Parts: sequence; C-alpha cells; structure tokens
Amino acid sequence: MLHAFSLGAALMVVWGLLSGMPEPLLMGLGVASVVLTVWIAHRMDVVDHEGHPIHLGPRALVYFPWLIVEIIKANWDVAKIILSPKMDIHPHIFKTKASQKSDVGLTTYANSITLTPGTVTITMDDDGIFEVHALTYGAREGIETLDMDRRCTAMEGMSKTDDKSDKTPGPTSSGPTTSGPTSSGPAS
Amino acid sequence: MMFDLLHTPLGPLPLADWLSWLFIVTGSFFAIVGALGIVRLPDIFSRMHGAGMVDTMGIMMILTGLMFQADTWIVVVKLALILVFIFFTSPTTTFALARAAIHGGVNPGPTVEELVEAKVIEDPQLDTKIEPTFDPKVKQEAKPSNT
Repeated sequence: MLHAFSLGAALMVVWGLLSGMPEPLLMGLGVASVVLTVWIAHRMDVVDHEGHPIHLGPRALVYFPWLIVEIIKANWDVAKIILSPKMDIHPHIFKTKASQKSDVGLTTYANSITLTPGTVTITMDDDGIFEVHALTYGAREGIETLDMDRRCTAMEGMSKTDDKSDKTPGPTSSGPTTSGPTSSGPAS
Repeated sequence: MMFDLLHTPLGPLPLADWLSWLFIVTGSFFAIVGALGIVRLPDIFSRMHGAGMVDTMGIMMILTGLMFQADTWIVVVKLALILVFIFFTSPTTTFALARAAIHGGVNPGPTVEELVEAKVIEDPQLDTKIEPTFDPKVKQEAKPSNT
C-alpha cells in the first residue's frame, strides 16, 4: 500500500514536470492516467520494494555521483586505448562474486559494471557470480578491487536480507497469495 | 507554484555558452572515439565497449551541454530525465546483445583460468602481472585479435 501511494506520487510529479501546465483538464487526465497505471501495476504484482525501490532513496544519491566519476575515468582509459595506433587490448572473461543480497542490488551492480566502459557483464547465475568481459587486464583489476561491489552493497543497505528470503519463492511460484505482506495485502 | 518555477526564465548565466561548448565538444569527441572504436575493435564483445562510450560519456556530456542552453527549468528537468532513462536502459540493451552473441555461439575470448594456464598472466588474484611468453604459438592464441 505504501509502495502504491509512493508510486502514484512519483508518477504524478513526473506528469507535472513533463507537462508543466497546471490546467484542470491536463491535471485531471494526469490523475486518471496515474490511477490507471498504479492499478495495472498492482494487478501485475510489481508494486513492491523491487519494482519501486523507495528504500534506496538518499543512499543512491551517494552512489550515483561516485559512479559517474568512475564512468568518466574509465571512458578516458578506453578512449586512450582506441586512439593509440597499436591498440593494446587483451579481451578476456573473468568471474566475480557479487555480495548484494536483493535483486535490485545485483541488477544495480551488474548495470554499473556494464556502464563502465572496459567491462561488460555477460551472464550471472543464482549465486550472484557474474561473468564479465574485460577489454584489458587493467579493467579487470579495477573490478577485482571490489570497490564498486562494496559501494553498491552499501547503497543497497543490509536491512533487506529477510525481504529477499521471503520474496524469492513468492510471486514466481504461487502468485499473490504468498507475496510480501506490505505490498499486496490491504491494497486490494 | 511548482509550475511557475518551471516556467521562470533562467537569468543570464555567466559563461553559459562557453560551458555548452566545453561539454558538447567533449561529448562529441567521446562519441566519435566510441564510433571509431566500434570500427577498430576486433570482435563483437570488444565493440560493445566502444558502443558503451557513446551512450555513457557521449550522451552525458552532450545533454549536460544542452542544459546550459535551456530557457526554463522545465527543459532542464526533461533533459535530466532523458539522461536518467538512458542510464537505466542502455546496460539492459548491452546485456541483451551479449546474451544474443553467446547464444549465437560467438566465442567471448579466453577466461582468466585459461590465460593463467597458457602462462600469459601469472596470478588469477589481485596481483596480476603480464608475463612475457616465450612460446610464440601460445602468445598468438592468447591475443588473436591484436592486429
């Protein structure tokens, strides 16, 4: 229920920001669209901490500026390699263990690796082991310092461990009957 | 009042044009280098790194440069939203591309274990050192693409 309200509020803010016109007709259409969207999302059972991770909030504001700095540094390294006449690359694959607990955290970490030029996440398995394609040995060493992994786990926060354990068997196997207690119960 | 703020004309920002130049030229540089990388790099997995440059640094710098040309806040907000959406979607497309290549049977290159076995690199852990190999055949196999 909390997630449904926050999702509706976020959608309404986005509507307002994109339209920018406070006319009753447009705002009414906006409210109708938001209600319809939240209802559909609720029916799809995606209004939970995973589909709408409000709990990350301020910690994400610490993580993403750091990630942007890393992306700029990695871009500079890859640009130097591409522009060098010899192009000293060693494409190879390595495995790395992700320490995040929730699906949101794992996805964020995998996406961060991919966003950083020089490394691309190719596969991941259920134990959180990523197979990463690296352009150079240096790019692999950058990931293997596990700095990004630690920061991503810090952003995820440690309070979500039990959420994962009661979520994994939930919506995939038996639908809305056993899913999380906060999301779907009172909203129907 | 949120809406009034959105449509408030932004005052003359000192150096706005110069900042625009700086960011847009930087972004264009990285976009061109990324495109060059797509051409120069040898195989599909390496080329994804070049494509990654275009849709991180290229997009980021060009959109930031455009923000300095905005007349009202609403334009800045919209450009920022485009940036956020691209940052969430572009890794997804890269991942889909990589999966498609793997399913299509493209060899993504040697693993670290194979490289250690072939004595190209020494240590699989943190202190990786590139060791010169004396067997030309092994060296060729490990770096098939460096032309």
